[in-house]
Amino acid sequence: MIEKGKNMRITKHPVLTFPERKEVAFFFEGKKVFGYEGDTIASALHDLNVLTLSSSIKRKRPRGFYCAIGNCASCNMVVDGKPNVRTCITLLKENMQVERQTNKGVLKK
Amino acid sequence: MLNQTGIPTLEQVLSRFPNNKALARPKAVLECYEDIPCNPCATSCPFDAIHIGENINKQPVLNVDKCTGCGICVQACPGLAIVVAQIKNEEAWFKIPYEFIPAPVKGEIWRGVDRNGNVICDAKIESVLLTKKQDHTAMVTVSVPVEFIHQFVTVRERHE
Amino acid sequence: MIQKELIIIGGGPSGLCAAKIAAEAGINVLLFERSFALGGQLVKQTHKFFGSKSQYAKMRGFDIAKKLISDLEPLTNVEIKTNTTVVGLYPDYVVTTLEDDVYTRYQAQTIIVATGASEKSLAFENNDLPGIYGAGAVQTLMNLYGVIPGQEIVMVGSGNIGLIVSYQLMQAGVKVKAIVEAAKTIGGYKVHASKMRRLGVPILTSTTVKKAIGTDKIEKIELVKLDDKWQEIEGTSEVMTLDALCVSVGLSPMYQLLSMVGAKTKFVTELGGFVPIIDEHHQTTIKNIFVCGDAVGIEEASSAMMEGYLTGLYVVKNMDRKHPDHKNLLNLYETQLGFLRDGPFGIKTKVGLEKLRKELDHA
Repeated sequence: MIEKGKNMRITKHPVLTFPERKEVAFFFEGKKVFGYEGDTIASALHDLNVLTLSSSIKRKRPRGFYCAIGNCASCNMVVDGKPNVRTCITLLKENMQVERQTNKGVLKK
Repeated sequence: MLNQTGIPTLEQVLSRFPNNKALARPKAVLECYEDIPCNPCATSCPFDAIHIGENINKQPVLNVDKCTGCGICVQACPGLAIVVAQIKNEEAWFKIPYEFIPAPVKGEIWRGVDRNGNVICDAKIESVLLTKKQDHTAMVTVSVPVEFIHQFVTVRERHE
Repeated sequence: MIQKELIIIGGGPSGLCAAKIAAEAGINVLLFERSFALGGQLVKQTHKFFGSKSQYAKMRGFDIAKKLISDLEPLTNVEIKTNTTVVGLYPDYVVTTLEDDVYTRYQAQTIIVATGASEKSLAFENNDLPGIYGAGAVQTLMNLYGVIPGQEIVMVGSGNIGLIVSYQLMQAGVKVKAIVEAAKTIGGYKVHASKMRRLGVPILTSTTVKKAIGTDKIEKIELVKLDDKWQEIEGTSEVMTLDALCVSVGLSPMYQLLSMVGAKTKFVTELGGFVPIIDEHHQTTIKNIFVCGDAVGIEEASSAMMEGYLTGLYVVKNMDRKHPDHKNLLNLYETQLGFLRDGPFGIKTKVGLEKLRKELDHA
């Protein structure tokens, strides 16, 4: 797994402009990594080549995101201790703790 | 065929091409072969040379005499289905829409491509226009050998 | 409990258009949008739109979104809450929301549900592998967040979304190895298909994905050809390597909130699945609850906008209020919507809506 992505980033585009953005440090499975301001957790992880975001409950099959707009729940991860966070529509924040979810989600008291 | 491959037959293409005499001046070629609800080509034409009518599903029809080949319809068409063609100095000159980067640069030789996506000839980039009004659709003027006039449709970058 | 006149659920094209009309008639509007931005799926559409002037033809989708949003700015009686998910709709016209971790209850006189649609998936072996995305998801990833899904992809589905997203992938520098279509003919507009053929992208009709291959993520797919009865033809298997697979096999209306209040629905294939039963004014079987846009039938954004404006007008009348330009706008939008549905691509929608109307007569 790489710390800093960029190989999947579009810098030049015929129609859209992608300006330089501020780096945002966060933690994936305890490791410090970087995304950019404006990223969702899922898009930042994708650029870091992390495609498996969680696993299925019974058979532990790897799961990534599917719809990217918050409908399918395939991208659910544990963020700052909270499970079932739809990482495809959650904006990345500095020092977020992001972990793969491997169960139905346990709400810590 | 078009429904299965996305490629019009030569007959379909010829039905939209003004005749060689008319092509002494630049003329639009409206390659819109399907009834879809759309009319920006007709509403954008400053010379009233494109007719669709009230039912916007009808395919556009060109009034060849009114058409000046200005190319405004080339950018207006959301389907990028319009080019301007002309026979000039025994070559076929085209104004085509282009929405990729890097954009062609005047003087470069790119590859001329047909509707199947096959390279058929060399294409000389005569000029490239991209103003704000064009909204990111560049208009590239290109010349190809005249025998490819009904085959040529766009350019592709040369990779040495 | 916070009392409101009109609550609109969903800030995509149909919701925004309905809000404009209602606000112009002097109604106090509260609009909820679960995402951090308004505009629905328009914000990631980089292509120029079809239709006519009143549907903002030749404008790029994200510019249309900007226009619809700016149209609401001068209207002081429109309150917008983004990042707010509507989590419940109750029979006493109560709408409950979740904004971060704050739960709030509202009660409205009238409600418009404009929640859009969600992407369908396709059944094949290993269709849950990471690297398999809805085409809309890839569009979101590329055009909103500037991240490409991979270097080489295969697109499944040759409807408008499949064809358009394939083109946008090429614009982003991604190679589209093939567009795969199970039917015998291309589903979307042929101009979109022609654009892809010019780029040298093959469109494989009568072909489908049999299985995806990979351990932690997709690495290859197995394609097979189909006969007239949609059955696999022996010996036509072909394996293709790829980084990501885009699945563009249609959308399903997101009508689910309406089930909470017992609004009647019907399964109509032509409209995309289960849809709420509506009368000719877009009112559901629950009085004062309306629905518009993709949530009541899958079409294009152009239709969603017209439906939004129209539902706004119907709601204004239903609430016994007056829009200053009611008659003209009603005529304009009804005519425009008629034109959008008049061609061969509108037949499916018209058949679907007819089925829905029949249902109301029996209900």
